[in-house]
Order: sequence, then C-alpha cells, then structure tokens
Amino acid sequence: MAEALIKFTDVSFSYSADSPQEFEALTGINLEIEAGEFVAVLGHNGSGKSTLAKHINALLVPTAGNVVVAGIDTRDFDRVWEIRQNVGMVFQNPDNQLVATTVEEDVAFGPENLGIPTPEIHRRVDEALELVGMNEFRLRSPHQLSGGQKQRVAIAGMIAMRPRCIVLDEPTAMLDPVGRQEVMDTVLKLNRQEGITIVLITHAMEEAILADRIVVMEEGRVVLTGVPRAVFSQVETLTQLRLDVPQVTALANRLRQRGYDQIPNNILTIEEMVNVLCQLE
Amino acid sequence: MPIRVEGLSYIYNAGQPMEKLALNNVSLAIEDGEFIGLIGHTGSGKSTLVQHFNGLLKPTKGRIYLDGVDIHSKEITLRSVRQQVGMVFQYPEYQLFGETVFEDVAFGPKNMGVPEHQLAERVEWALNLVGLDIGLKDRSPFELSGGQKRKVAIAGVIAMQPRILILDEPTAGLDPKGRDEVLSLVSRLHQEEKTTIILVSHSMEDIARLATRLVVMANGEIVLEGTPEAVFQHADYLERIGLGVPQMKKLLQALQEQGFDVHPDHYTIEAAEGEIVKILETK
Amino acid sequence: MAMMRNITIGQYIPGESVIHRLDPRTKIIATFLYIVLLFLVNTFSGYACSALLILLAVALSRLPIKYILRGIRPLAFIIILTLSLHFFMTEGHVIFQVGFLKVTQEGVVRGLMMVSRLVLLVVGTSILTLTTSPILLTDGIESLLKPLKGLGVPAHELAMMMTIALRFIPTLIEETEKIMKAQMARGADFESGNIFQRAKSLIPILIPLFINAFRRADDLAVAMEARGYRGGEGRTRFRVLRFTYKDAVALIFVAVFVVVVSIYF
Repeated sequence: MAEALIKFTDVSFSYSADSPQEFEALTGINLEIEAGEFVAVLGHNGSGKSTLAKHINALLVPTAGNVVVAGIDTRDFDRVWEIRQNVGMVFQNPDNQLVATTVEEDVAFGPENLGIPTPEIHRRVDEALELVGMNEFRLRSPHQLSGGQKQRVAIAGMIAMRPRCIVLDEPTAMLDPVGRQEVMDTVLKLNRQEGITIVLITHAMEEAILADRIVVMEEGRVVLTGVPRAVFSQVETLTQLRLDVPQVTALANRLRQRGYDQIPNNILTIEEMVNVLCQLE
Repeated sequence: MPIRVEGLSYIYNAGQPMEKLALNNVSLAIEDGEFIGLIGHTGSGKSTLVQHFNGLLKPTKGRIYLDGVDIHSKEITLRSVRQQVGMVFQYPEYQLFGETVFEDVAFGPKNMGVPEHQLAERVEWALNLVGLDIGLKDRSPFELSGGQKRKVAIAGVIAMQPRILILDEPTAGLDPKGRDEVLSLVSRLHQEEKTTIILVSHSMEDIARLATRLVVMANGEIVLEGTPEAVFQHADYLERIGLGVPQMKKLLQALQEQGFDVHPDHYTIEAAEGEIVKILETK
Repeated sequence: MAMMRNITIGQYIPGESVIHRLDPRTKIIATFLYIVLLFLVNTFSGYACSALLILLAVALSRLPIKYILRGIRPLAFIIILTLSLHFFMTEGHVIFQVGFLKVTQEGVVRGLMMVSRLVLLVVGTSILTLTTSPILLTDGIESLLKPLKGLGVPAHELAMMMTIALRFIPTLIEETEKIMKAQMARGADFESGNIFQRAKSLIPILIPLFINAFRRADDLAVAMEARGYRGGEGRTRFRVLRFTYKDAVALIFVAVFVVVVSIYF
C-alpha cells in the first residue's frame, strides 16, 4: 500500500512552550491521510482543529512527534517551500487572502512566486478560474465580490499552484448560505473530479457529512473518527462536545431512547427516516 | 405602537450609475414585547430596513414612527431614538475600542447621558446579562477570546437599556456552542427584560424556535409575514426564493405525503417526536 | 461618507485609445518631462504651447472633457486664493481699485501665470491617472525603479506595498462606514463640538480600524507565505510590460517638444 500523503505520528504542540503561558493545543495526535481522500476535521472553537491544520503545511511544527508530508518532514526548513507547493491552504477570512487588485492577478500570485514562465502562468490562471467557475469575474476587483466568490478566488489561487492537497480552515464560517453552498460545491468538485486531497476544518455538520471520513477533536485530542454515518450516530457524545448532529439523527436517537428500537441508529437524512417509517408498515 | 414603518423606499447611490432600489414601499408595524424574525437572502434588503429604525439611514420615501412620532421630525432627537432602539451589527467585536472592557461597555450609556455614578452599575448589569465574569471589566477587550469579545460588544449595546433591540446575524461565524449561548441570551432579554427583539438572520432553524412573528423579505419587499406556523405553510415558495424551512417541518410534510396521519405544522424536534410517536404507537 | 466611494478625481477610466494603450512607463516619463517643461517655461505663450500638448493628449485619449474638468474643480479655492494674493499683494502699476484693495497689472500677470501653471500641472498628471490603471501604474513604477536596486531602492517591495494598499482602499472605506454606523448606534456624535471634541470623537473609529488593519496584515502575511511568497527574488510576472514603436514615437515627440518649447519660450 502506498505511503500516506500526510502522516502525523504522536504529535503534540504547545503554544509558548517553556514559558508561563504554555498552552498545550495538541496532544498525542496520530493521523494518516491518503492521497485523494476527503477528510473533515470537526470540533468546536478551541478544540485544536486549526492548530492541526497549520501543521500540515508547516506553518507550525510539532513540539513533540513529527509530521511527514509527501515524504518530507515538516521540520526540514530547507524543504518548507516544497511542502507548501504540495499542500495549499485556504483560510477563514475571505478578504485577508486576496492581495491583488483584480481576480486574475490574484490567482497568478502563487505561480509568480514559484517562478513559473509567463505563458504557463496564463494557462494555469485560465484553468483555475474555469474550475471554480469564476472566469467571467476575472477583471473584477475583490471588493466587488461576494464572500463566496472571494473564497472561490482564493481556492483558484491555490489550484494554480497545482498542489496535491488543499487544507481549508473553516472556509465557510464567515459566509451566508449561498456562499457556503458555492464553496462546498467547489470543494467536492476538486476532490471528486480532480482527485485533490481535501482536509476540511469545520464545525458545521452539514459540511462534515460530505466527507469520506470525519475526525472529531476535543481539547487537542482526536476523540472520534470514522465515516460520517458512524460518527453522527454517536449523538450523545457529539452533543456533549457541543457539536450539532443533523436534526433527523437527533430525532432518531430520541425515539430509540424511548424504546423504539425499530428505528436504526444511523439515519442521516429525511428520506432515510421516511423510508424507515414506511417500511414499518 | 413602538415602531411603525409606512411606505418606506430606499435608493442606494441615488442619481448615479450604480443606483439601486434597496427597499420598495415597505410597511410594517412592530408591537411591544414581540420577537420578530426578519429573514431573507443576502441582498433582500433586511439590513437596509433595520438601519432605518434607528435613523442610520434616511428614507428616500416614506416615514418611520417611534411611538407615533416621525423619527426625522424636530419632535425627537436621533440620540433619543438610538437610546430606545439599540442595534448590534454583524461581527460587532470588530468595533471594540475601549482600553478596558468597562470603558467600552460604558461608552453607550455615557453617550446617552447616564451619570458617572450609575455607570458602574449599568456595566455590571450588562456584563451579567451576557454571561461574562465581572472580573473581566478591567481587562483589555483585545485580550479576550472571539466569543467573549462578541459578548462584550453586545453588552455595550444592552447597557443602554433600549426598549427595542435589533440584532443583525448575531450568531454569524460562531460555532454551535457559541451560537446557543447567544441565542439563549437573546431569549433571556425577551422573556426576562421584556425587550422587543428584531432578529435578522439567514437561519430558519435559529429563528423558528424563538420568534413570535416572522417577516420574510425578498428583493426589497416584504413577501410573507405571520407566525412561524403560518409562514412555513408556504414551504415551496420559501424554497424557491432560496430560504429553506426547518428540517423537521420538511420531514413531517414528507410523511404526510406518504399518507401518514401527522400534523405538518411543527418545526421543533420535540414536536416532531410527538407526531412520530403517534405513528409508531399505531403499529 | 458615501461621497468617498465616488472619488473620480484622477481615477482610472477604462478605454482603448492610443494613450490608454501606451506602456505606462512611457506615460510616466512623458508626464515627468511635461512637469519639467512647466517649470522651465515663464511666458504665456510657453504655457499656451504646453496647453496645446495637453489638448493633443486629451483628444487622442478620447476622454470626455467633463472628467478633466472635474479634476480642476477642487482647486477652485486655491485658484481664487492664488489670484487674490497676486492681484492684491504685488507692487506695481495699479489698474483697478476697490476701497483700499489695489489690483496691479503685474499682479494680474503673475497671478494668471501661477494659476495657468497649476491648472496645466493638474490636468497633465490627471491624464496619466485617467488613462492608466493602478496596476499598470505600479508595474511601471516598479520597472522604472528596478535599475536603482543597486542603490538600495526596494523596487519590488514598494510596488508590492502599493498594490496591497490599492487593493484594500475600498475595503477599508467600507469598514470605516460600518464602524461609524455601529458607534453612531451607540450615541457617538461626530458632528458637533469644537475641533478638539470632534477629534476625540474619532477615537472609537480609529482604534478599531487600526486594530483590524494589523490583524489583516497578519492574516495576509500568513496567506502570502502559504502561497510561496518569499520576497521578490526569482518571481516571474503575470503581466509583462512591452515597449513598442508607438511608445518610442511618443517619447521622442514629447522630448523634442519639451526641448524646443523650453528654448524658444
């Protein structure tokens, strides 16, 4: 079996290590992400999920344990730029990622940094804008775009660098429902169509549900991991962690608790619930 | 009648190439003690509408009345209007400026003429209400966590003790835990302090549980109005204009379509549970 | 406040004219030469010739006259002040008298010359900014400064700073409006009181603006690093400036014009 694209081994991380303000944000993390996977990291604010994300592209390095990305240890200073070419990152605030005065120029920023020849830059910008569906907006200024559009431009900017993996740190937290839909559609397309590995950091269960695998974090540790169906059926655990479950799943759980065992414990959608009730006839 | 809006129209950038009709002949009356949920997609005009209630925007056409008095007339000052109609903007933590939490929260009441010796009491009361520890009052607001900052910002508005409180997407950017805390705070204000609440939101689920009346906007107009039950009857229309109905309502409607004898007029998990138990008992 | 969104003084108006298509460097250098000319010339006929050059540029740029004139409007106060100062304060042959105010012939001449120079200066530079987009302007400046890198001029960094500043100006304006409204909703008053009170009332706007600006800068730096930015070394460009024969012609023409006019007038 091929080596995992991203591998965390016994990773711990403390902010302000060895000082009075030392705060251990990650403890004993073991995690492997295969190429082509779509992994969601779920947890409330302060659970350590963003800290985890920043270890994947070497914005942070562990205080204990190690992180290996595409065969490169993130502590290897000289190869940091190689790592960042393999792992792109999109952040929460749509505005604070766009540096240029027009969309196409911003998407070109990454390739420019890589020293790619001009004609190739043009090709990549065209490709990336096409993939995220922002081609008609290429001459617009950032402030003329909606939140969802800005995030798509940020994603295009990453794609233009042709990374193998993209980490998205709460990309929809500041967006309205339309924007959230746009971004999630784009993310799914990148994973399913282009085979890009996706690591999505979020606290929204409607997004985590779309992933191949969910990793739930609490106080710097991984507390639950598995496919969406398996994770969301653990309603009590998730509720204790102050995380949402789909309303139907919570409903199914309540019914089971009242003794109605006919209701299975892994319902995720309205259709499934309706089918179950119909089949009970 | 606290707030009455009559024939309100508002045009952005009037007379210029980017002119836009943001509000089109809107009329609305808000009673004391109501909890209004104002819903609409981005660009529907909901933020523009509420900014007229405290005079931040002036109507292009139409009038706003507070207790029967036109707020732009000489009979009332805007300052008085803004003391009675408080407003919490989106991401209010971006507006914090005080050297200490106390200073920031005291800003509103101070501007409204609350005397020095009463400020401490007010600030303490407001911090208590939002669930922040009084001990934080001498800290710099910028040292606090995101959730705490937001509470400080909300406390800053509540400290003016407005009769009517407008909140524009107060849960934006918060995780489920933070969202629950803010919504329960708003509910407390409504139930215990008897503040009239106008909550602007995208989220049907958030609003459905708390609101006594829903006002749905689209393209600068009010398109639906009424109790949550009444409004959710129009599920198809709401879906078409890009707003959903709560999941539970959809479930019950789907069950009804399959021939089950359920009341589709519920939208909370508890109520849906009750309906489904009825089905299961008949098996 | 809404007026700030509509700053059209010297703002870029897209177009396809000959002037629009010139390399920004050509236009920058031409403008520079033109300014030099204005300061070398000392006669009305000289200014008249300079005006001719401008009219030629305006005609070729196909810009509606109203945009040019808009640039002059804010100068109205300075123009009147300058004229008044020169009219009334210059010693010489009195041609007109109102009360104790004397208007001299020399004063009129001097005043009009100063004003002409001012107006021509403003109109000349606004042709540059009206026909060249901010991106191209910064590209042009960066390119022209690059040879000076050896002398310690950080051409790339300056250009990067300018681009980012330009990118965030509209965003910051929007943010200022939002903050103002939020503070007004809390009873803040920016209009009344003397100058000190009004300055103090700006604190609730300036502090959040600054703090947010620093946060943005932080976020932006991290985002740029995540996209492989590590300074100007080894960077290629999306947009490449290209000098064509039209640029050469324009430059030579302007250079010759400047030399000739400055000698003869």
